Amino acid sequence: MADGWGPRILRVWRADPVGAFWQALTLGAGYNAALVTLGAAALGFAAGSGGSFLVLRGRALVSDAMAHATLPGVALAFMVMVAMGGDGRWLPGLLLGSALSALVGLWVVGWIARATRLPEDAAIGAVLGSFFGLGVVLLTVIQTMGQGRAAGLEGFLLGSTAGMLRQDALIIAVGGALVVAAVWALRRPMTLVAFDPGFAAATGWNVGRIDMAVMAIVTAVAVIGLKIVGLVLTVALLVIPAVTARFWTDRSGRLVWIAGGLGALSGYVGAALSASAPDLPTGPIIVLVAAGLFTVSLLAAPARGVLAAAARHHRYQAQVHRRQGLLALARGDAIAERYTLRLMVRAGFARPDGVATEAGRGAAARLLRDEQRRAVARDMFRAGPPADDGLMPVERLFTPDQLRAIDARLAPRAVP
Amino acid sequence: MGAEFVQFSLTPILIGVLAAIACALPGNFLILRRQALVGDAISHVVLPGIVVAFLLTGSVTAWPMLLGAGAAALVAVVLIEAVQRLGRVEPGAAMGVVFTTLFAAGVLLLERSDTSSVHLDVEHALMGSLESLVWFRATGWGSLIDPAAWDSLPPELPRMALVCAVLAALTAVFWRWLRIATFDEGFARAMGIPVRAVGLGLVGAAAVAAVAAFDAVGSILVIAMFICPPAAARLMTDRLGVQVAWSVGFAVLSAVLGFVLAGYGPLWLGGQDAVSAAGMIAVTGGVILGLACRFGPARVGSVPRP
Repeated sequence: MADGWGPRILRVWRADPVGAFWQALTLGAGYNAALVTLGAAALGFAAGSGGSFLVLRGRALVSDAMAHATLPGVALAFMVMVAMGGDGRWLPGLLLGSALSALVGLWVVGWIARATRLPEDAAIGAVLGSFFGLGVVLLTVIQTMGQGRAAGLEGFLLGSTAGMLRQDALIIAVGGALVVAAVWALRRPMTLVAFDPGFAAATGWNVGRIDMAVMAIVTAVAVIGLKIVGLVLTVALLVIPAVTARFWTDRSGRLVWIAGGLGALSGYVGAALSASAPDLPTGPIIVLVAAGLFTVSLLAAPARGVLAAAARHHRYQAQVHRRQGLLALARGDAIAERYTLRLMVRAGFARPDGVATEAGRGAAARLLRDEQRRAVARDMFRAGPPADDGLMPVERLFTPDQLRAIDARLAPRAVP
Repeated sequence: MGAEFVQFSLTPILIGVLAAIACALPGNFLILRRQALVGDAISHVVLPGIVVAFLLTGSVTAWPMLLGAGAAALVAVVLIEAVQRLGRVEPGAAMGVVFTTLFAAGVLLLERSDTSSVHLDVEHALMGSLESLVWFRATGWGSLIDPAAWDSLPPELPRMALVCAVLAALTAVFWRWLRIATFDEGFARAMGIPVRAVGLGLVGAAAVAAVAAFDAVGSILVIAMFICPPAAARLMTDRLGVQVAWSVGFAVLSAVLGFVLAGYGPLWLGGQDAVSAAGMIAVTGGVILGLACRFGPARVGSVPRP
């Protein structure tokens, strides 16, 4: 990793790692590094938004097969370019080769799933393994061609932005921007197909063609991402932001852009971090940033997060215990359950020895009346109120008219 | 086919064959249970396990590495389950999140720690180095009965043989359970078969195979051996026993043919150097699967597709 702009960065980093990171984050670590960082952000956005269509269609791991299938294409393109007397490392040629072989891989996955009884996941694994194997074989062939250690093609495995040519950085930045534009242009049909293919077909969209467009975007992401995330981890950049975004919204339109934003953030911060330190491989860092965002979302997202769910469960549990406690007080029973007693004491309904306070007796009487009303209501309105979980006060479930009718039935025993 | 073959080719071929069989055996059931990509996930997370084991013990010895890799596989399985349940994420995506993250963490740890003194790097982890497992002190076929030469057998050979034998024994012992739990989970439950334990045990067996084979053929090529031979076998027959037999046959064929093509193919074509044996084995497996997809007698199956 220590070639290209590496040595200078190495000195800066040794002296001041945080400063070096800040410098990279604010695009101050050189023109190439800034281009790569912006390119990674564009790529991340394209991957996040494009990947969300893929995940919604339940085909997340097809992209893994395609990404691994780029390797033989890269190697073949290198060999062809050398055979034609050119420089094997010309990036556009390598990317073209990788795109072609990714599409061949995709076609083979589809063919196996169509022509045989093997499930798609077996087809994915088979293509992934054998195409990658072919790529490795071709890499060893290149090694013996005397063009020097596989000519740095190993950088495509895990992404390596160190020592990148300016022209390559430009290609990546422009390519990323083009894919983002494609996602923007096709957002409506792709969203429609992702959520409801039947409806999309009924309203005249060609679902097969839209699916192909999604796959084309995935191919573009995999190909442009080769230099940055590398082919082994491309699937992460497509899947993790999309899955993360799902924690923050239930709305399809927003999901795509949130996933894009998360992907862009991962790409930007990851590329900056990687550029600021000598031995931080780009791909893994970007993936780990994305995984960090995922973990935070899994825990802390407001509605679907684990903490929110735990808090909801806790509140519900407390409500049930409170109700049981008050009913016990109303009957004059002892509260045996420790947690219930603690809740009662904290609410000022009972003394620590379990004897009801004035407030407790009042609350218990109100709850008892509520229970009676509920029993009558169940009798009167057989279907029951729609949202009754047995905990909500009856006043909040019925209209004033209904409540008056309920109370009229209750009259003899009504509390004044 | 003399001394040179025994010294340079016999042990790699044997290790390749054993690794392919060890992966193909659990692969049969994984494919039938639509869990083919569990092998994919496991073979990726082996890397962080091995790196952590190296950082803890400071050496590249076999058993800590195997333990570390096994532990990582276990962590991955638990994490995939947790992400799936806690986040209500579909299985494929949950797998994609977990194994890539662990793999990325493994690569990062590896790059950040000083492993220059030992043979441990990402490329080796991805591609393996089957060719390097030669039998130094072998002088010819006679060495097979010469205990003094056995000392220099690559340690991967007995290890892989042990793992392969254990997996074969487990497959035989739990055959009935595996078969019933794979084809009819409800019926298996009604018969009192611990379906969940069978499922976990299968994933565990796959992890053991992946970890042991990882050394020889590299993590991504393990996937090919998990899937290609059993998938091809599935297209040859409708009977499970016959399928497993075919898969073992295909695994052996891939390993032997792949190694021979890698070692001698370039020479036949006028080249000088061998190509990656592990890669060639994966390619051979893929080609066999391709042929089975085209010509396999049971490629469509007797039951209409849903």
